[in-house]
Amino acid sequence: MSEPSYPEDLRYHPEHDWARIDGGEATLGITWYAQDALGEVVFYDGPEVGAEVSKDQPYAEVESVKAVSDVIAPLSGEVIAVNESLADAPEAVNADPYETGWMVKIRLSEPSEVDSLLDSASYAASLE
Amino acid sequence: MSSATLTETPQQAERAETIYEKSVPGRRAAQLPPSGVGETPIEELIPAGLLRETPAELPEVSEPEIIRHYNRLSRRNFDLDTGFYPLGSCTMKYNPRLNERVAALPGNARLHPAAEPEDAQGALELMYLLQESLGEICGLPHVSLQPSAGSQGELAGLLLTRAYHADRGRNPRKVLTPDTAHGTNPASVTMAGYEVVKVATNEDGGVDIDDLRSKVDEDVACLMLTNPNTLGVFDSNIVEIAGLVHDAGGLLYYDGANLNAIMGQARPGDMGFDIVHVNLHKSFSQPHGGGGPGAGPIAVSDRVEPFIPRPQVVRVADGEGGWKYDLDEDRPKSIGRMRGFQGNFGVFVRSYAYILSLGGDGLSEASRLAVLNANYLKQRLSEGRAGKYLPVGFDRHCMHEFVLSGAPMKKQLGIRTLDLAKRLLDFGFHPPTVYFPLLVDEALMVEPVETESKEVLDSFADAIEKILEEAERDPAIATEAPYTTPVRRLDEVAASRNPVIRQPKPE
Amino acid sequence: MAGYTPATGPDREAMLDAIGVDSIDQLFEQVPEEVRLNRPLALEDGLSESEVYSRMAELASKNRNPEGDPGFLGAGMYDHYVPAIVDAITSRSEFLTPYTPYQPEVSQGGLQVMFEFQTAMSEITGLPVSNAGLYEGPSAAASAAYLAMAVTGRNGLVASRGIHPHSRETLATHAVGFGAELSEVGLEDGLTDAAALEAAIGEDTAAVFLQNPNFLGSVEDIARLGEFASARGALVVVAVDPMTLGVLRPPGECGADIAFGEGQPLGNRLDFGGPSFGFFCAREEYLRKMPGRIAGQTEDVDGRRGFVLALQTREQHIRREKATSNICTSQALNALAGVIHLSWLGKAGFVEIGEMLARRTAFARRRIAAIDGFELLHDAPVVREFAVRSTSVPVEALRSGADATGSRLQVYPLGRDYPEFEDGFLVALTEQRDVKDIEWLCAALERSAAAGASEPATSSGAAGTQTPPADTAAPKLRLAS
Repeated sequence: MSEPSYPEDLRYHPEHDWARIDGGEATLGITWYAQDALGEVVFYDGPEVGAEVSKDQPYAEVESVKAVSDVIAPLSGEVIAVNESLADAPEAVNADPYETGWMVKIRLSEPSEVDSLLDSASYAASLE
Repeated sequence: MSSATLTETPQQAERAETIYEKSVPGRRAAQLPPSGVGETPIEELIPAGLLRETPAELPEVSEPEIIRHYNRLSRRNFDLDTGFYPLGSCTMKYNPRLNERVAALPGNARLHPAAEPEDAQGALELMYLLQESLGEICGLPHVSLQPSAGSQGELAGLLLTRAYHADRGRNPRKVLTPDTAHGTNPASVTMAGYEVVKVATNEDGGVDIDDLRSKVDEDVACLMLTNPNTLGVFDSNIVEIAGLVHDAGGLLYYDGANLNAIMGQARPGDMGFDIVHVNLHKSFSQPHGGGGPGAGPIAVSDRVEPFIPRPQVVRVADGEGGWKYDLDEDRPKSIGRMRGFQGNFGVFVRSYAYILSLGGDGLSEASRLAVLNANYLKQRLSEGRAGKYLPVGFDRHCMHEFVLSGAPMKKQLGIRTLDLAKRLLDFGFHPPTVYFPLLVDEALMVEPVETESKEVLDSFADAIEKILEEAERDPAIATEAPYTTPVRRLDEVAASRNPVIRQPKPE
Repeated sequence: MAGYTPATGPDREAMLDAIGVDSIDQLFEQVPEEVRLNRPLALEDGLSESEVYSRMAELASKNRNPEGDPGFLGAGMYDHYVPAIVDAITSRSEFLTPYTPYQPEVSQGGLQVMFEFQTAMSEITGLPVSNAGLYEGPSAAASAAYLAMAVTGRNGLVASRGIHPHSRETLATHAVGFGAELSEVGLEDGLTDAAALEAAIGEDTAAVFLQNPNFLGSVEDIARLGEFASARGALVVVAVDPMTLGVLRPPGECGADIAFGEGQPLGNRLDFGGPSFGFFCAREEYLRKMPGRIAGQTEDVDGRRGFVLALQTREQHIRREKATSNICTSQALNALAGVIHLSWLGKAGFVEIGEMLARRTAFARRRIAAIDGFELLHDAPVVREFAVRSTSVPVEALRSGADATGSRLQVYPLGRDYPEFEDGFLVALTEQRDVKDIEWLCAALERSAAAGASEPATSSGAAGTQTPPADTAAPKLRLAS
């Protein structure tokens, strides 16, 4: 994905993370902007199923050749699924940050936190 | 580029082969002496279950093949004896060959580290003399030579800080470092069990005093500072900074990476620092060896002295009107050992020979000429295209190094600092340090050192001008560089995604 | 003053003119007057090259002549023969004078050497990953502790008293910073006390530190000892002497998670203790937690094979306070000496030298044990060094020449590090100590013992006698803070 893209069906955290809300669950990942700033991702180190993540706290790390970045949780909850394919193909984070490059799926512990996230337009505006 | 320049050089045409790929079963180099005690089967000496079953896959090669292999590899390195190496914060000064000769004297090179002190009097005396010399240069009376490198000196210094506070019944948790600090500083801080607190930089490139004041409290164990700092700026507020930290009960740690700017001009001890590490491979001419060895002795004030690593080389009266030298292990408050034996003695020999060669007058002159060279090169690079595309980060006289920003070059010419660096390789120069300090966008950190001539500095400035002129015409010349090096730009992404870090085992 | 700076008077004038100042002093205007030295350094003025050579040669001559009577000192550093090609290659400026390979296009030589070194260390230790080198042996123990604590989330370190006393003391120094609790396990008949080791490992144990051969020269059963640690989820960390790995079962085949050691025996001269190199090898799963530099293979834009520094995000210049280590040197030149020596020995020679050491050691041990007045400190198998107990002459007296014969034998006294072995000493062998040298040592010991038996010796004249540090003297060490 070479052009900036911030899908409207997602909610965004100012630390460049997205969440796809599905009832009491959410899928999380990093935004186009974050993967572009980082460069080619060479390694992803994420939590295991069952781990707790807390809003605004790091839950994973992504590395490029010359940089490493914490991945910040936009919402709190328990990890119910992880993207196993990132272990062998971390480049998916660059190629398709919103689909094949997703990181974890969580069961929300504080669904009301969703209200604090940005919509696509506000997030894109914050990058100006 | 013209097709002529894209012709593969003979060196490029030669595929890199490892020594393992040159192995041929049955070949060998070593001929060992006979044991002289009979060929008892090894199983009769050591129980079979503790023995190796399959030999290690080391190469099978003859001696001439080894020499040729490594000579060929050596030609794939750029080195200081071949050309200008203005790597910022690394002090790539000439490595005198005399130092290699004296380090190799059998009395030094073959001396066992567990020799009785009376069998090692020359070595201990040399270490004592080096301790005294470094103490004078740093303005701090006590020196431990033990740390193996600057990074280990830092860690030792932080452990000294911890011991110093503990001895006073205190347990502060924070260490302040400027945001311009070398990455080693925060890494060492964590390993010493402290928490890093960053201090901002002011518009002159020094410590932001207001920010410092807001962060100094009784929970601060020490402030780590490089002065001149990584921007090549001497912090004129150093006395005030020292006062602030000392008043709160903290210590001041001096990262000696940039000591080459101030030898004989000013001393960290006189600025208020309590602990200094010195990189003998920078200011004191130990060759860098492609990434070691070095040594990172520390100099400390009286109040920190009880805690320095053991053993310490001491001089004691010999009872006959002279001196003898000994290793003092009996240091009850010492933090203990940082490593085995007495430190990198071979490095001490070279650095002490260097100090004798230059003398106090020569060391002082070396720093003055390092600063002259840096300011001259900074001036040359403020002219012409360099002045336009590569502005200096902080516009004042620099010390021994200076930092340029490639941001305008990137914006106006479409070439990054990395591209400029790679193109410099084609001109026969090692590039400056790039992308450090992080504070300066597209940073280029230049340290020309005192052992380079004006002609070399001029030719470097000319090369930069030429590269920028090329880039105005065709940025691809730089973005695709280098062309003439043994290999061209390498795929670092692949190397980190799927690391291959050893020769695969033979089929 | 040495002629290492080219700037002439006219050069200086021209440069000052260009800068637009009148004097070099003006360039130092940022340095406040109150911190200026304003006097010459209180050091001698510079000397000519020949004067410096004489001065340094005189200092070197005050050290005991290494070409004189044979030394049997070991204790981690050994007087092996360094092949001439090591000097020839490591003195080339292309290896001697570059910095760390930050520009890989012009550092392929150094990077490939790292790759070859990593391969060699991986082969001899039997572990799949190796870094490009660390400072030296004992501090590599601290690096292993840091890794073990990071991956296990525990803070207990259990060290056998069979590991080098310098490694134990270095671990203790670093444990204070790491927030680790270090405890020690004693020796029984020259070997790590297995029952005590098992008892010492708890739920908070991050790593168990063993050494093979251990400090007393004994070959340990690492596989058996390591199982106690693995069963409790602790890492098995083994210090090894690389020169014995041609014959001894490598740590990777004994269940070790990490192997480290002092590289000096491989191609590095003694140099009174340094510089040398440390090595650090581990199981694959710890690759991204390794300390230090690692070279990796890749390709350039035209598809040529090349090498780069790989996995740099582990390191201090990127990860800063979260780095896997603060170490940024790999002792590249010393590691080069190591890989040349290993290539020179080659697949067969590496085994042969280990076997020769084992045979000479067995011979020397048998000979000394037969001397009246000396006996073996333990019966455990040995390979290149062994421990002897003197029942006739104080060990310090043998060393200092204060015994009746004044031999001043170069053997390692155990009492300084092990109060429990006050009467013990170590004898180390290399390919440079032949049968004639062994017989010389035996004759000297025989004379000492005979004289000692008739005329009680005293160690009161011993120079440099020191009491062992308080915390290593205790058989069990616990660090409070």
